[in-house]
Amino acid sequence: MKNSIPLSDLEINKKAKVIDLRCNGNEKRRFLDLGIVKDTVLTPIFKSPFGTPTAYEIRKTVIAIREENAKKIEVVEI
Amino acid sequence: MGLTAKSTGSNLIDENDLLNSINCDFTIGLAGNPNVGKSTVFNGLTGMHQHTGNWPGKTVGNAVGEYKCHDKTFLLVDIPGTYSLMSNSEEEEIARDYICSGNSDVTVVVLDATSLERNLNLAIQIMNITDNVIICVNLLDQAKKKGIHIDFDLFSKLLGVPVVGITARKPKTLKHLTNTIYDVCTGKVSPCPKTFKFNCKTDSDFNNDNNSEIVSKILKEAEEICSKVCTYDKQDYNERDRKIDKILTSKIFGIPIMLLFLGIIFWLTIEGANYPSQLLSKLFAAIQGQLYKFFEWIHAPSFVTGLLVDGMYQTLAWVVSVMLPPMAIFFPLFTFLEDLGYLPRIAFNLDNCFKKCCASGKQALTMCMGFGCNAAGVVGCRIINSTREKLIAILTNAFVPCNGRFPLLITIATIFIGGLGIGFGASILSTLTVLLVILLGIFMTFIISKILSKTVLKGMPSSFTLELPPYRKPQIGKIIIRSIFDRALFVLGRAISVAAPTGLVIWLFANIGINNISLLEYIANFFEPFARLMGFDGYILTAFILGIPANEIVLPILLMSYLKTNALVSLEDTMQIGTILVQNGWTILTAINVMIFTLLHFPCATTLLTIKKETGSKKWTLLAFALPTVCGVVLCMFTTLIYNVIF
Repeated sequence: MKNSIPLSDLEINKKAKVIDLRCNGNEKRRFLDLGIVKDTVLTPIFKSPFGTPTAYEIRKTVIAIREENAKKIEVVEI
Repeated sequence: MGLTAKSTGSNLIDENDLLNSINCDFTIGLAGNPNVGKSTVFNGLTGMHQHTGNWPGKTVGNAVGEYKCHDKTFLLVDIPGTYSLMSNSEEEEIARDYICSGNSDVTVVVLDATSLERNLNLAIQIMNITDNVIICVNLLDQAKKKGIHIDFDLFSKLLGVPVVGITARKPKTLKHLTNTIYDVCTGKVSPCPKTFKFNCKTDSDFNNDNNSEIVSKILKEAEEICSKVCTYDKQDYNERDRKIDKILTSKIFGIPIMLLFLGIIFWLTIEGANYPSQLLSKLFAAIQGQLYKFFEWIHAPSFVTGLLVDGMYQTLAWVVSVMLPPMAIFFPLFTFLEDLGYLPRIAFNLDNCFKKCCASGKQALTMCMGFGCNAAGVVGCRIINSTREKLIAILTNAFVPCNGRFPLLITIATIFIGGLGIGFGASILSTLTVLLVILLGIFMTFIISKILSKTVLKGMPSSFTLELPPYRKPQIGKIIIRSIFDRALFVLGRAISVAAPTGLVIWLFANIGINNISLLEYIANFFEPFARLMGFDGYILTAFILGIPANEIVLPILLMSYLKTNALVSLEDTMQIGTILVQNGWTILTAINVMIFTLLHFPCATTLLTIKKETGSKKWTLLAFALPTVCGVVLCMFTTLIYNVIF
């Protein structure tokens, strides 16, 4: 198994699985709302012209997440 | 852009509590994720015209409407879109409060057929609060195009509640939904949810910090259900959307394309509005001639003729001929981009700029709504979760010009800047000028947001997530009808209702005087020294101040003031307005400064009242008044200084 990395370091078009959400309170709740929990599969698909945020495909929807928020999602490439 | 008779103007201010006043047999709540077409379902059932568009967060309060099915009447409540009941942004609280309150007999949960899995999260949460749930799978046409098939019988069996598949923009498909609602309300069908139960019944249960376990279980169940009921013809059904996204958000083309779209909209507006404007002016001038004859025929005293024809009628004629054509072109074009799903991409492209100002990326959405109407933009700020960022968005909303101000900008740009070019070049020059003014507005939005978050509204940017919905093909015919009838005519109506009495008052002010100096001159002379510092005259400043009820009437007031008693000028085209302005001492500097001040001055009365209501504070309202005004005054003084040094 590969080492876990923050979601923000994942390359475009690489599939990954969520290992852990390293945040709490409102921020965590936002992720849960959008269907991001442990074991959720997501793929970064494109970036904003200014580098952040990045759009991720999550459960057949496209969600933009800012870099500093994506840092708190620990993923492992699959 | 959120601009309909329901969503702007004084309707924003009176929150009518229809819930208790209507006597319907049953109450139906309409819940669902943002941007799944709830408002389209609502409009389809009630025949009302709630604002719709392809971006999350349009509905910001509970909208209420009525419809009949067989022998019963139903009260339909459109609840703001929400991803879950466990969070605490304003719209989610409204949604949670409503669903938990038990006010509705049946809750219809609208799901997007193209992303059932994520949508089911909310549906399962709602099925924990109430048993009387109907699942309504919307956007079947989109799903079909993408080759997604849903087994409704199995879906209904797995959930234990009725499931209806519809395409809300085709009203015929709603029949099945109304029949199902009827059956559940009258007890013919009793839903009995079979999904995961987690024992959250009350408001506080949902506001728990440790919900990951529960959400994990819900999502797992949603995954399982979807894998059983959905079949896909092809796995990469979103490929076309992704290709478009890669271009519209690309590093090289993303921003230029955005400016190009904006430019094209304004160019079409400027180029297209010219001819109908002339036609309308000619028509109104002809009618005016007949009116004079009529008043002569009934031997009306010249005072009455002046008051009614030169005062009221002429002001009205100007408002209509200057305002209507640009609006009738601008609104449909903007709505087209909105329905296509482009606005969330703008927010996505600009997010980093907003982040650097410690503001929310969703401010780009409320800013876009501001282009339609600043009051609607201010209400739209409810979609921003953090209170601090919401205040920044509210305070800076008036920095983008609303539709009441566009015609003034366009007219002046056409006369003074466009006049420098010939033929085709003229409209390009005017477009670039208007674009430049808007960019200045956006630039000021960033600067002021940054200053606010470093001073009175200190803080770090909060977490930001934004859904980018699939592109949807706009319905051209509907856009044209809706944007002209619901938006253009409504805004025009508002302008007219303000312009008519103002026209009377201005004429009186211009014609009643002491020692042969009219009241209007007294007022203008009072402002003259200050206005001179800003590079324009007292009449202009007076017009802006009198234009507080509605920005649309600034230009008509100004023309009326210049023409004073000798109002016998009929204006047949925009260039004639130019002649009047030049005769009254306008230079290129006056034109530039008036455009700057149009962009940067106190918001209109409606916007101010809305800000007062949204912030609940006089202090913030005062700041919202002062911020753009101070910016405008300082900037105008600056350009005047530079101009005077050079020339």
